[in-house]
Amino acid sequence: MTTVEKQLRNAPRNYWYTIIVTVIVLALFYWSTTGVISLKDIDAKGFKIAGNILSGIVHPDTDLLFNITKQSVLYLLVETLAIAFLGTIVGGIISIPLAFLAASNIVPKPIAWLTRLLLIIIRTIPALVYGLMFIRVTGPGAFAGVLTIGLTSVGMLAKLYVDAIEELDTSVLESMTSIGCTTFEKIRYGIIPQLFSGFLSVTIYRFDMNMRDAATLGLVGAGGIGAPLIFAMNSYKWNQVGSILIGLVVLILIIELVSNKLRSRLVKG
Amino acid sequence: MYDKIFPPKKVSLSNGKVVLQKRSRTPLILIILIIAIIISMNFTDFSFSVLFTNIGQFFSIIGQMIPPNWSYLPKLWDALMDTLKMSLLGSLIGAIIALPFAVLASSNIIKSKIIVVIFKVILSLLRTLPTLVSALIATFVFGLGPMAGMVAIFLFTVSYVGKLLYEAIENVNMGAFEAMESIGMTRIQAFRYAIMPQVLPGYLSQSLFCFEGNVRYAAILGYVGAGGVGLLINEDLGWRDYPSVGMIIITLVVTVFIIERISEHFRKKLI
Repeated sequence: MTTVEKQLRNAPRNYWYTIIVTVIVLALFYWSTTGVISLKDIDAKGFKIAGNILSGIVHPDTDLLFNITKQSVLYLLVETLAIAFLGTIVGGIISIPLAFLAASNIVPKPIAWLTRLLLIIIRTIPALVYGLMFIRVTGPGAFAGVLTIGLTSVGMLAKLYVDAIEELDTSVLESMTSIGCTTFEKIRYGIIPQLFSGFLSVTIYRFDMNMRDAATLGLVGAGGIGAPLIFAMNSYKWNQVGSILIGLVVLILIIELVSNKLRSRLVKG
Repeated sequence: MYDKIFPPKKVSLSNGKVVLQKRSRTPLILIILIIAIIISMNFTDFSFSVLFTNIGQFFSIIGQMIPPNWSYLPKLWDALMDTLKMSLLGSLIGAIIALPFAVLASSNIIKSKIIVVIFKVILSLLRTLPTLVSALIATFVFGLGPMAGMVAIFLFTVSYVGKLLYEAIENVNMGAFEAMESIGMTRIQAFRYAIMPQVLPGYLSQSLFCFEGNVRYAAILGYVGAGGVGLLINEDLGWRDYPSVGMIIITLVVTVFIIERISEHFRKKLI
């Protein structure tokens, strides 16, 4: 028997595990096809609409795309950008205290656990629900969008901040105590430099995601480019849909590029 | 540029040497940030007075959600299952389709530059399209119902898993691949035995993670008529039936929590 054959025989045998997992996945697959797949609604009309959408995207309404009024795509994109930006800032500011409250190396376990539960709940509630709730507070408009984006960001930002805080190197703080630093000095020179770049990188990443969310919040009337997009779609004006989508995709791609550049520079230091 | 306007500070060391310390960029970045915040506040009509006078409304809505309307649960069940079904099916098919897309988009496997660029562009375009928008387009083509939601989730999964997978494939160790080619395997065989084992755990783990996120997305897709819980949320918020909304949110939180636990268990096993 050669060494290769010996190694082959020694390989762990977990056929049963593999088979059971495969069976479960196949069963879930079958279960999920029941009731979801329905091709009966597809007819000639559907394909015609699909064709119209494509032709609209290829022939965008250039007038809407480039003029500078309050209804133009450019203005709406800037508004969406402003919502995402301000929302990220609001979310980032709220997340910092929550993250410290959820870090098990800073506060007692029960408090950390409760804060984490709160964060899970905040994270799970869909953004549109917040949007509809905030509209009751501020009235329809971009302000509701900012608050919504802020609150939805908290769920993710705080969770990732917690990871950074729990990796804090406490030996630095101990040595600073031993040379007689005050609490303020310890925070300024011991904690902030360790956390800052991590926090910033996460926040920039979330800004990137918020751009996408802000674009859809208009659906519930929370400002941004979503509302005109829906109106254009519901009235079958595919040229306008095309120009809005092109603007949106270009903006999101630019933001993604910038955010990736900034984050890789932060990582390198 | 910045160094020319604000010349670096000169520090003479004790041994007489002079070193240059670059001026900190922090003040510049701070000023830009503050200007951007002020402009955004003007654009979005941000006002603290509105926020502080009306924030009570927000908490009163939350107050009305508690206690939730437990008798709503049976009605909710079907919609919740629809949401789960469409996110599961969309993620499964999407993850499978993402594999050929990712292979075609990785520059170390495909020699033709044009194909690689085309598939990379397709993947990034799909990724920028917000899920809600693709769901809305899908409702026009496939009719109202979970099928449209499934298509939207499928598209998102393809783009997300596809991107992470082609990045993984481009970063694998090509030595084994070349060795297998040199002993006479076809490129497909070499891919199967040299590259798949390297990227498979990451691929499965990303797909599971994407499924977790998709459950959350699926919950709102009903808002544009693509089936699932979103439709109920929309109706109940419209009727201001907050106890029922509270019930929906509780079931969603529990479902997402369970799915997260299961997927985390398997992802830990994979890595």
